[in-house]
Amino acid sequence: MNTTRNKRNLGFLLGFLAVALILAGVVSYFADSDPDGLDHATLQGCQVLTNDQNVETLEGTCIAQNAKEHRMASGPLADYKVDGGEGTTGLAGVIGVAVTVVVAGGLFWVLRRRPAK
Amino acid sequence: MVRDVAMHMSDGLLNTTTSLLFGGVAVVGLAVAAARARDDLDDRTAPMAGLVAAFVFATQMLNFPVLPGVSGHLLGGALAAILVGPWVGALCVSIVLVVQGLVFADGGLTALGANITNMALIGTAAGFGVAVLLRRFTRTRGGLVAVAFTAAFANTVIASLGFVLEFAIGGDPAFSLGAVTATMVGVHCLIGIGEGIITALTVGAVAAIRPDLVYLLRGTRRELELKEPVA
Repeated sequence: MNTTRNKRNLGFLLGFLAVALILAGVVSYFADSDPDGLDHATLQGCQVLTNDQNVETLEGTCIAQNAKEHRMASGPLADYKVDGGEGTTGLAGVIGVAVTVVVAGGLFWVLRRRPAK
Repeated sequence: MVRDVAMHMSDGLLNTTTSLLFGGVAVVGLAVAAARARDDLDDRTAPMAGLVAAFVFATQMLNFPVLPGVSGHLLGGALAAILVGPWVGALCVSIVLVVQGLVFADGGLTALGANITNMALIGTAAGFGVAVLLRRFTRTRGGLVAVAFTAAFANTVIASLGFVLEFAIGGDPAFSLGAVTATMVGVHCLIGIGEGIITALTVGAVAAIRPDLVYLLRGTRRELELKEPVA
């Protein structure tokens, strides 16, 4: 690979990273907060009630009532928020992109085939 | 009962035996994928694969509405497999699920094996299988985009059947499997359209700029025509 090609490659990769960061850091604020497909299926038969402390409870009979609270539910980035703070989804998303690119990129770099020399 | 906002299966929906069973399925599947992935990873594709994983993480955060009160999000198996191959793609989606489960409290830890089985193994295999079957249509940009859409749609719907299978084996028998199946498949047909659009846009964009980084096009005439001469 010559330098022009390397530069072009790096430019593409940085652009791809920038798109991921914008999606997780900015566009994520516009995401729909309704239950997703799986959640919707497990909530069939229940009504989701929200009390004044913003805690959701389920009334009725549905599969989701068997769900246990997540063991990391009190973690610093639980629920895609930084320390549970409102409006921190974008920051949490940016951290998630960074963690994922480091973990995945690191693993793939270690696994890659190296030219035999 | 307190409910968390989550995109993936929580703990407690499947019994322990079934969770362990699919934990085993996930471990075996990932071991095979890691062994086969080595052939598809080199100095050029390894960084791209890391970014594909990050892109799937970012895009999974973007729930889009499919019905009043119901949303959906990308699973990403077909997208990853078309760009970096099925083995690396399965690892990409798995890494996303592990990061989500451990760092973001999304997707139960005992349910992680089942979530990986559905989205990283079944979804990726289904999506890539469809893409390979339709590979002859990828000679034009429009054809490639249509193949990406179709593969991603299949990925979403078939991955949702993974949950149905797991629920049939180890879910709460008090609930009707037929009703669960109908709801899961019905909703995921709609989500699959969204998955298809996002996948088609992404694959189309990468193919426009760097067709040599689209795994599905490797070895096809289109890639040979478009690839710049190696200096």
